[in-house]
Amino acid sequence: MSDIKIRVREFNFYYGQDKALKDVNIDIHRNRVLGIIGPSGCGKSTFLRSLNRMNDVILGSRYEGLIELDGQDIFGPKMDVVDIRRKIGMVFQKSNPFPKTIFENVAYGLKINGIRDKSYITGRVEESLKGAALWGEVKDRLGDSAFDLSGGQQQRLCIARALAIKPEILLMDEPASALDPTATLKIEELIQDLKKKYTIIIVTHNMQQAARISDFTAFFMLGELIEHDETGKIFTSPSKKITEDYITGRFG
Amino acid sequence: MVERHFDDELAKLNTHIVKMAALTEEAIYRSIEALKNRDKDLAKDVIEADKKIDELENMVDDAAVRLLAIRQPVADELRFVTTAVKINTDLERIADLAVNISQRVLTLADEPLLKPLIDIPKLSEAAREMVKKAIDSFINRNEDLAKEVIFTDPEINRLKNAIQDELVNDYMAKDLKTVPRAVQLLLVARHLERMCDHATNIAEDVIFMVGAHVVKHRKIED
Repeated sequence: MSDIKIRVREFNFYYGQDKALKDVNIDIHRNRVLGIIGPSGCGKSTFLRSLNRMNDVILGSRYEGLIELDGQDIFGPKMDVVDIRRKIGMVFQKSNPFPKTIFENVAYGLKINGIRDKSYITGRVEESLKGAALWGEVKDRLGDSAFDLSGGQQQRLCIARALAIKPEILLMDEPASALDPTATLKIEELIQDLKKKYTIIIVTHNMQQAARISDFTAFFMLGELIEHDETGKIFTSPSKKITEDYITGRFG
Repeated sequence: MVERHFDDELAKLNTHIVKMAALTEEAIYRSIEALKNRDKDLAKDVIEADKKIDELENMVDDAAVRLLAIRQPVADELRFVTTAVKINTDLERIADLAVNISQRVLTLADEPLLKPLIDIPKLSEAAREMVKKAIDSFINRNEDLAKEVIFTDPEINRLKNAIQDELVNDYMAKDLKTVPRAVQLLLVARHLERMCDHATNIAEDVIFMVGAHVVKHRKIED
């Protein structure tokens, strides 16, 4: 099995006439955490949403280039976009649990995929909540509303929801930016555990967070991928001066 | 570029190191003068002045640790702070060696001169020059100057070995009465050689700080 889960080649993305991503080339390693950093408006979230074709729904947008998942072009004519989004789960900055019970939030994805077996669903819900390090806190209150949970718990619930449909990749767009330090630490610890099973790509504004939790770091600016390397290398001796200026806070 | 309070803190750390380097250079110079002139008072001054260098070492360590904890520097700034900590240790050890030389002077000054001092002053001048160059390479962030320091080290070792051979073969082996004085001079030569080793350490750390190249324990290209 190749070490590379996602391969991106000469990828350009446009919002109308506006070129938001320019000639992006990157290999994303399997079972590793890729941290994406860069100033506001640099194309981080656009890049993230390109990976699971969430950008397809944006009117007037178009792309050029190639994104391959396990060697297959995700924009290929035979590719099922729903299947892609099942394989590539997404967690957003602001947790967005459904107005349902804790149990139903996690079970929802399974049900809309046609799974009816109740014992299977119950088992998957428990497994997913354990995978998101939330089971111990909610196992006795699965019938409670998801909105009764704290912010950090809601975010972990959203992660459990993503895990329920057995994705291969998790995209996380600033998953801890709305959380307090304790909840943030729990999310970061969870990410370190999750990478054993999943490939994780996380967008973050928090430089120290990127340094702590990612194996590889990609620095974007003005739609371009400026530098991509092992995190230790990026944060001790980046190759480009502009990367160094950004991560030290001298600009940005 | 963004103005940051952090820049002032980095500058302060740099100033501490530069001050420490200046005091260390002065200690080397005075200890060698004390040796050449058999000046016990000057030797005692060097020993006394070491307390200030020890205090400064603590200040540098404290400032560096605080910076690491509070600012979590990265890239070139991280390399500067970690190098500052290492250079701090080397400078303090060089100053201690100047104290050691001064302690030898206190013993030797009461005894008749064993032989005219020719090679030891040569070695001491070479050591002083080497330490100065290493410090300058840090202050000016000059990799080429740092490499010059590293390439000087083998010559220092040859000079020290020549001094050792002369003292052992021409004096100690021939006349046992010369042994106490010869041993003191051997120790002086050893202290000077160790100063040069520390200068080499500083130079290797400067190369890492400036260019992120690890040359420690490795052969470097001319």
